[in-house]
Amino acid sequence: MSPETKPDFLINPEGLRIDGRRTDEMRPIELKVGVLKQADGSASIRQGNTYILAAVYGPRELHPRHLTINDRAYLRCVYRMMTFSVPDRKRPAPSRREREISMVIANALKPALFLQDYPRAVVDVFIQVVQADGGTRCAAINAASLALADAGIPMKTLVPAVAVGKAEGKLLVDLGDEEDKYGGGDVPMAMLGTTGDITLLQQDGSFAKEELMEAMGMGVTAMKYILELQKEALKSAYTKKVAVEGEELDEYEDDLETDLGEAEIAGEEDE
Amino acid sequence: MGDYSAEVISNIDRDFIANYLDAGKRIDGRAFNEARNTEIELDVVAAKAEGSALVHLGDTSVIAGVKVLLGDPYADSPDKGVMMVTAELAPLASPLFELGPPKEPAIELARVVDRGVRESEMIDTSELCIEPGKKVYMVFADVYPLDYDGNLIDASSLAVAAALHTAKFDEYKWEDGKAVPTGKKLDLPIRNSAVEVTVSRIGRHLVMDPSLKEEMVQDCRLTMAIDKNDKLRAMQKGGGSGPLTLDEIEASMTMAIDRAQDLHKLLDATIKARKKK
Repeated sequence: MSPETKPDFLINPEGLRIDGRRTDEMRPIELKVGVLKQADGSASIRQGNTYILAAVYGPRELHPRHLTINDRAYLRCVYRMMTFSVPDRKRPAPSRREREISMVIANALKPALFLQDYPRAVVDVFIQVVQADGGTRCAAINAASLALADAGIPMKTLVPAVAVGKAEGKLLVDLGDEEDKYGGGDVPMAMLGTTGDITLLQQDGSFAKEELMEAMGMGVTAMKYILELQKEALKSAYTKKVAVEGEELDEYEDDLETDLGEAEIAGEEDE
Repeated sequence: MGDYSAEVISNIDRDFIANYLDAGKRIDGRAFNEARNTEIELDVVAAKAEGSALVHLGDTSVIAGVKVLLGDPYADSPDKGVMMVTAELAPLASPLFELGPPKEPAIELARVVDRGVRESEMIDTSELCIEPGKKVYMVFADVYPLDYDGNLIDASSLAVAAALHTAKFDEYKWEDGKAVPTGKKLDLPIRNSAVEVTVSRIGRHLVMDPSLKEEMVQDCRLTMAIDKNDKLRAMQKGGGSGPLTLDEIEASMTMAIDRAQDLHKLLDATIKARKKK
């Protein structure tokens, strides 16, 4: 219910954003893989105050049957927001916005998947926004892509996503909620990790062509960074599992532990 | 990671669970009156929800969030606020949950949890009135299971109680025919606390806090909402049409009251630890 007020400025005189970030700085991102027990694959993402869970079920039998595609699996993405994830209570029934976002997320992920390996089946990607604070469709793609990998769905690549935009004439990476609402434009994008091909592109606001190209360039740089975070999250989830399962994977275990050790040491040096 | 294509369980599993119970054992090694490990995390949606909690009950987990909105009072209670519990069984939480409008299990879950809050008079709705007949606070506690491994009711009831106990919302006052914010934050008018405890009957055995497999073979379950004074405030027999004898009901109540005392202690300790922070 907390009444929202428009902030006086989105970029302060020192050139910093409302939450103290530089224009090209992302919010802190925490990715976790295998967070839900019932799902075949799952992941969570915290990006600033945005908090999203993604679960993957399948490939499994498709209901209702009339949705069947004979030469490949149907990728069913469902993006939903919890009623308490936004300042006002979201009505429980699915909204038009949720349906459209579900569709663009499916389109963003599809090119990364070998769906032709599972004709007539369905791969379900269920996304729940627990707390929404801007950039939810991109954060959802980041998590969903990890959940698909966790479920063992054959993939060509992971799919990182980020929203770039503009406020008070400055191009910004990873828009927060206020920047999205009161800023001068929002460009959510996603790409295939290996090729850099763009699989999600939407835009609102007003941009000159050169400006938009520059913004998208910043987006690509940010997505390359997110891709590395995604790889790390996957690796660390499976490093733990190897350690528990024991002997037969011993030769790999050593390598992975070394990797993790180095990552930790690097992290400490940064702090 | 279960792959149940429907809510069925093989006869082998059914016999296995029954034989095990006859030998005095449960499939996960618990005693008959033993609940699974229970944890409460508060403020999981701190930035947007007025109150929130995540409850783990073994491998079952449920998130509850509280929103407080302004609304019109009901015609038959113009000086009372509104308190409502809803639930959505999102398919993220289980291969058994399907897309689509809420079906019977979601409706029963919401109504049983709602009844525990309402009948225990947990929230004093007469203090949720801003101007009689004009504006009241409407309190929504919404429940989303994240992982379904049985007994959603107990997990949801605990999550809702924890979220309500810790909720903070904006105060409004009535001025010149409209509600205006005062800038102050209020706690909900909590007058009591109740938690729900479910005992399931499988054959002639009673088991506390059924897991998913136990739920699948149960003859029925009995859910009891129990307040801090060990009083029963609401009951629901569900989860199958198997009958219960009066002796079984009495034994279930005894088991449930013990468990409820532990849950009240856990809830109080969790809230106290938060205040210290």
